[in-house]
Amino acid sequence: MLRVEKINYEVNGRKLLKDITFQVRKGEILAILGANGAGKSTLMGVLCGEKKPDSGAVHLNGKALLEYDPATLSKCRALLSQQQQMTLSFNVEEIVLMGRYPHYKNTPKEHDYKVVAETMELCGVSAFAERDFLSLSGGEQQRVHLARILAQIWDNPDSLLLLDEPISALDLHYQQKVLAIARALARKGFMVVLIVHDVNFAAMYADRILMLKNGRKLFHGTPVEVLAQKEIYTIFSVESNVIMNPRTLKPYVQLEEMNIDLE
Amino acid sequence: MLTLGLVLVITSIVALGMGAYHIPSGDILTMLLQKLHLGSARSVADMQEDVLFEIRMPRLLLGLLVGAALGISGAAIQGIFRNPLAEPGLIGISSGASLFAVLIIAFETFLFTSLSTWMGYYLLAFGAFVGAGLTAFLVYRIASKNGRPNVTTMLLAGIAINAFAGALTGLMTYLSTEQQLRTITFWMLGSLGGATWDNLTALAPFILIPVLILPFFGKSLNAFALGELQADLLGMRTDRVKRWVVILSTLAVGASVAVSGIIGFVGLIVPHTVRLMGGADHRFVLPGSLLLGALVLTLADVIARVVVAPIELPIGVITALLGTPVFLYILIKDK
Repeated sequence: MLRVEKINYEVNGRKLLKDITFQVRKGEILAILGANGAGKSTLMGVLCGEKKPDSGAVHLNGKALLEYDPATLSKCRALLSQQQQMTLSFNVEEIVLMGRYPHYKNTPKEHDYKVVAETMELCGVSAFAERDFLSLSGGEQQRVHLARILAQIWDNPDSLLLLDEPISALDLHYQQKVLAIARALARKGFMVVLIVHDVNFAAMYADRILMLKNGRKLFHGTPVEVLAQKEIYTIFSVESNVIMNPRTLKPYVQLEEMNIDLE
Repeated sequence: MLTLGLVLVITSIVALGMGAYHIPSGDILTMLLQKLHLGSARSVADMQEDVLFEIRMPRLLLGLLVGAALGISGAAIQGIFRNPLAEPGLIGISSGASLFAVLIIAFETFLFTSLSTWMGYYLLAFGAFVGAGLTAFLVYRIASKNGRPNVTTMLLAGIAINAFAGALTGLMTYLSTEQQLRTITFWMLGSLGGATWDNLTALAPFILIPVLILPFFGKSLNAFALGELQADLLGMRTDRVKRWVVILSTLAVGASVAVSGIIGFVGLIVPHTVRLMGGADHRFVLPGSLLLGALVLTLADVIARVVVAPIELPIGVITALLGTPVFLYILIKDK
């Protein structure tokens, strides 16, 4: 269980997060939606420990984040960031194996290699195992990082998986695949907090959606509850038409075209 | 790694023999074994024994220590800056040491000590060491907020402090006498010529301790390559790693600079070469840089002693002369 209570975060006099409160249950995928600057990445920063909130607390599995020691926390929380700049050249398998660092002291055990093989297979990067990481395309590198962070928390279904715009660089196949992986993990009990830009991906894969605007939580609920014309306009300032997908009984958001006249 | 170690041992033995006064390798081995009470009773010339043990041996050991210190510190600094172009000088160690050394040389008369005396020599070495420590400490503090060091700020602060120390050093150089200028120049170019058993034993702990501890940071430095946030998320305690790498590197390099002056390029090129040999895994690169650094400096010292024997070239000149083409070659090949 992830409990976020009254988080406030301010930088240089600007309040980026105002009184954010929500919970994520075990086995739930929460998608955070919002326009640019709404506070999504800031909130992710608080959840992953990068940013310390000015007030409020985050509790993971009953214990405040600040009370955890880094070693324990590293086995139950992992983050996939948007862009990872790497300058030193390791090969792919070495990078994924780094995900097992919290689990071994000096030499990786057989189990560590097994986990690494499984996550690499799942993310479709097994073929790149011996290749120099820097020689891969952006999307391929992102998948390697995903394999790494999955390897980090693979053994612990009470873990929290944080995905910060994980699919922006991926092609259609892997965009779906990553979200399908997230859902498969959620079914095993993992908690997933996910930032996506595509409203329909959120509708398809998330159990609940949190919508932020100007650092404040405006809407929070299941896709059916919060993905409606009025809410979408409030958050994104776009016109839309929401229909129900008859097969999945989930909302499908049809976006209205924007028109600009240059006279 | 084993090959490196073996090459190092062989080179060391040969290096002991080379110089203005040549000692054949066979005799060297004999003398070494005799010293260790393992050898035969075959006698060698007294002169050979003196040269070997009083001059060559300490010099070789100094070269090994300093080379190892420069090599492994370079690799560790590159690890925390996540940049293969980083080297210990970036955080101000060399410029601080130079500044204090130059100050001591320039104010020699005020200190009522001649630098050629034992006291004067130790004062110079001590001053250089203190200078290295002070500048590194200053750079580290400037770059830290709430005790958490920021690597980018460290880089920028290092540039600023280096420039400032360099300017002051330049000013002192401008104001010095002919004799002082010669001393300064020799110090700035580096030399292993000052090696004696006394200063070697004084120096050894400052270099040995960091050099033996740094390899244990291999795993953490690997995680650094993923970015500090990810390294933290993997439980690597990046603040601690940064602090200790800076402290240990400063100790090792500061001590090296104190005894042998400024020797450049080793901390930059050795880790790079080691990476080319066996990949970027710091668990290999750190000890590898230790060995290769020791090897490179020993070789450079042999060249320094032999090329225009019996005159010795400053070793910093050799490392720069040889280092630059190697560095450029690496750059061009990498493109």
